[in-house]
Amino acid sequence: MKWLGRPETTLNFVSELMNIIVCIKRVPDSEGRIAVGGDGTSVDTQGVKFVLNPYDEFAVEEALKLKEAAGAGSVTVITLGGDDSKETLRTALAMGADQAILLKGKPSVDGLGTAEKLAEAIAGREYDMILFGKQAIDDDNLQVPAMVAELLGVPSATVVVSLSVDGKSARAEREVEGGHEIVEFDLPAIVAAQKGLNEPRYASLKGIMAAKKKPLEEVDMGDAESRLEVVQVMNPPERTAGEIVGEGADAVPELVRKLREEAKVL
Amino acid sequence: MSILVFAEQRGGALRQAASETVTAGRVLADTMGVELTAVLVGPPSITGESEKLGRHGADKVLLGSDEVYGEYLPGVYADAVVAAVTTIDPKVILFPASALGKDLAPRVAARLKAGLASDVTEIRFEDGRIVAVRPAYGGKVYITVAFKGEPAVLSVRPRAYMAEEAPRDAEVQELATPNSSQALSKVHMAEGAAKERPDVAEAEIIVAGGRGLQEAEKWSLLEDLADALGPGTALGASRAVVDAGWRPHDEQVGQTGKVVAPPLYFALGISGAIQHLAGMRTAKCIVAVNKDPEAPIFKVADYGIVGDVFEVVPRMTEEIRKLRSED
Repeated sequence: MKWLGRPETTLNFVSELMNIIVCIKRVPDSEGRIAVGGDGTSVDTQGVKFVLNPYDEFAVEEALKLKEAAGAGSVTVITLGGDDSKETLRTALAMGADQAILLKGKPSVDGLGTAEKLAEAIAGREYDMILFGKQAIDDDNLQVPAMVAELLGVPSATVVVSLSVDGKSARAEREVEGGHEIVEFDLPAIVAAQKGLNEPRYASLKGIMAAKKKPLEEVDMGDAESRLEVVQVMNPPERTAGEIVGEGADAVPELVRKLREEAKVL
Repeated sequence: MSILVFAEQRGGALRQAASETVTAGRVLADTMGVELTAVLVGPPSITGESEKLGRHGADKVLLGSDEVYGEYLPGVYADAVVAAVTTIDPKVILFPASALGKDLAPRVAARLKAGLASDVTEIRFEDGRIVAVRPAYGGKVYITVAFKGEPAVLSVRPRAYMAEEAPRDAEVQELATPNSSQALSKVHMAEGAAKERPDVAEAEIIVAGGRGLQEAEKWSLLEDLADALGPGTALGASRAVVDAGWRPHDEQVGQTGKVVAPPLYFALGISGAIQHLAGMRTAKCIVAVNKDPEAPIFKVADYGIVGDVFEVVPRMTEEIRKLRSED
């Protein structure tokens, strides 16, 4: 199958009010070097820039587009973390979110404790949709969105590359092996964004200035319960440089011979 | 006391991920000295597949064959797994870390109020506890985690355990479809979306291209090579070319794409950014072609050719075709 370019996200929206919550996380930038901490059970991120989780950028963008298409509503960004997460919330506010909530507490090692805190904080609020990034690029758990959906008892679609909303129902395309799965559900619902869902906007200077004045609520939640504990953090298995077989196309027969006879992979 | 494995099927046929997860379960069951049960739910045509689970080491199969399991409905599948958990009260529950498994495992863990370790590459039983190794930060570090309670829920990374034969006559027991099953959504596969190549996370061989290919049209060179290598070959891409819109995101290898561990990985015109290396460094054999001899990719490659991808790749295709025709 030939790939014909990035699909357009369609927004067929006819509701008049759209209240959206976006759950986000502060993570080390993907370009940063991550080292094993001195105690051997932690990760050393010293000197690494922290950013809004890249998948969460797609979630924030989708929320803003949904609100814009609806013509009215609000986008609330929420995170569970420490004071340094305020910077990340401000990043989302600068993109255009209306308000932010910092749930003060430590996320859990596994996803469930964090999901419980988020579900508890969200349960009393009004929402049409809760958006997430499909996973955080630090712990790579890929658990929280589906868990919050279970805890709140609402429909959900994870790893979503295309979303359309029509009144109180939605249609999402999820990425699965070898194709896309189409999921149809009613709102309120949870959607976890995959790369490709949209092109996240950059915060404008005006947006950055405005973000400083937008409401940022702080709630003490306490630390999330971890059902797993970290025993050891290790470097990935060592990999040493192999050999340069040669230069240019003439080296190919020797390469193929080695792949067959030495590496036995052909 | 036992271990429960979720055996994934699609369209009434077991997936490779199912055989791998059963193998992971068998290895663990042997070290723990417990029984291995597989839960298999699917459309009525799935019934014949249960015997394959015995071949990979399942002692028992809980079989739910019903039209309701024709497509993956998260709530309905979660109900079925929870019903299986109630039946055998397992200490450990394993899922494949496939698209389906990554969606289903968190739901089951949330219902059971259990801890979940995602995408693990190794599972051990140490001092009475389940311990697992999982890559994090896109593969930049490996974290060993231990479960504090039971059951321990884990999803196993594709290709971390290669499917092995451990044949036995599995006892098949019917799993009643729970009445409570509620579908909060409707699901169907998108028309015409099915690709003939395997997914990059599950492929035997990956032919990956980077910015060195210069433009999207040049991917025909990689497709030719992939065709020559055979049907288990997937196409992969670096982040730069996905961001440029040359290739779809489901082919991206690296920290914001997929972390892969195939037996053979070709990095063609890929220089080797940190986040890309983290995502493919556990491939068994890495071949790199790049015109820059200083490219970081050569530091992790088993075999390298310094040269122009537009000359080297067609020659590779030709030589591999020759090899395949002699086999």
